[in-house]
Amino acid sequence: MISDALSLDPLVVGVVLAMAAVTVLTKVGGIWIVRRFELSERFEAGLNVLPGAIVIAVLGPELANGGPAEWGAAAVVLVVMWRTESILLALCAGVLSVVGFRALL
Amino acid sequence: MEIDPETDAYSDQERSRRETDETAECAAESGVVAETESTGAKGKSNSRAERESDDGAERVPGTGTEPESDSNSGHVSRTSANPDPETVTFGWEGIRTGFLTCLPVALGVGGYGIAFGVLANQAGLSVAEAALMSATVVAGASQIVAVELWADPIPIAAVLVTTFAINLRYSLMGAALQPWFKHLSAAKVYGSLFVMADENWALTMRNLRSGAGYGAFLLGSGFAVWLFWVSATVIGAVAGGVVGDPTEYGFDFILAAVFLALAAELWEGKSSLVPWTVALAVAIVAAELVPGRWYILLGGLAAAAVEVIRYDQ
Repeated sequence: MISDALSLDPLVVGVVLAMAAVTVLTKVGGIWIVRRFELSERFEAGLNVLPGAIVIAVLGPELANGGPAEWGAAAVVLVVMWRTESILLALCAGVLSVVGFRALL
Repeated sequence: MEIDPETDAYSDQERSRRETDETAECAAESGVVAETESTGAKGKSNSRAERESDDGAERVPGTGTEPESDSNSGHVSRTSANPDPETVTFGWEGIRTGFLTCLPVALGVGGYGIAFGVLANQAGLSVAEAALMSATVVAGASQIVAVELWADPIPIAAVLVTTFAINLRYSLMGAALQPWFKHLSAAKVYGSLFVMADENWALTMRNLRSGAGYGAFLLGSGFAVWLFWVSATVIGAVAGGVVGDPTEYGFDFILAAVFLALAAELWEGKSSLVPWTVALAVAIVAAELVPGRWYILLGGLAAAAVEVIRYDQ
């Protein structure tokens, strides 16, 4: 049983390491490009809106796929964040309210 | 409170009277009637401790070099949104701050790690193989999809192409860090990016925008994620089907909550309106039409493109 758990199939290890290589490529690729080439101010303006835009692009479909429970909890997170500016409180409130709303709705 | 030497005696009296009042209130509230002598001070320090623990995760205990004062610690000052790469440092302080700030989030990541471990186990991976994948790939969504694709023989091309597609968003996230990472060495930047995941990227953006200047925050927070992700994978893979569904505990909402909190802080008023609307519209449409997680990349790129075009206006 223990030898089963510790077994490493060479092919599996190969595929896993290839996955790791591909992932590292995606993680460093973007910054590698922008570090290498001098960027115009115009391009940097585009780069500056990326963080907010990515956050919204992650959130939009995620919340659109959710239901009233997720939307309610999302509102709770925003209100707590706005009132307290504490990410920890906002997280706890969000997770507790999503569990609560799911039980209720 | 101002202390005037002439009224000092009076203010002392006044103070002690008020403290007695507070003591009475405090005692009444907590149901403790005795020990009136010392509870005044205790009551005060308690309320102070409560105030401070409100933003507990952002505080680093025992450091005298906090860049922000007590009253607004953990708050992002919206005036310092423009990065000043000269002040970004890379050291233990940043690693520790990142690690501690990320711990509560990493705990949630652990919930997912258990789910991944269970799935990997069901797909036929050994505990060691699952742990190796979590330790070297460090990208939750792509790992979960990969073990869902897993079969005998392994569809290698499909697994690798899907992994690439799902993780391509990290290129954009990494590029977004460049304004702060400008003067850090390549080894520090690329080393930190290895442990970049959605959650700690979000926390890192938040920290860097606050002007804290911790270049090693990504590495520290990423290590917290890595630690919980790998250990939870092992637990999940060993436990097999014993653990239930993470949605039951609301773990699936943590990622959305982290991003919502970040969105609340990234909002810069009117200037955010156009790029955010573009990102939202493109992402929602793309999520319907394009498989995988391309919608994140498309939404982000569309917003950046619009901003590049609008630049002169």
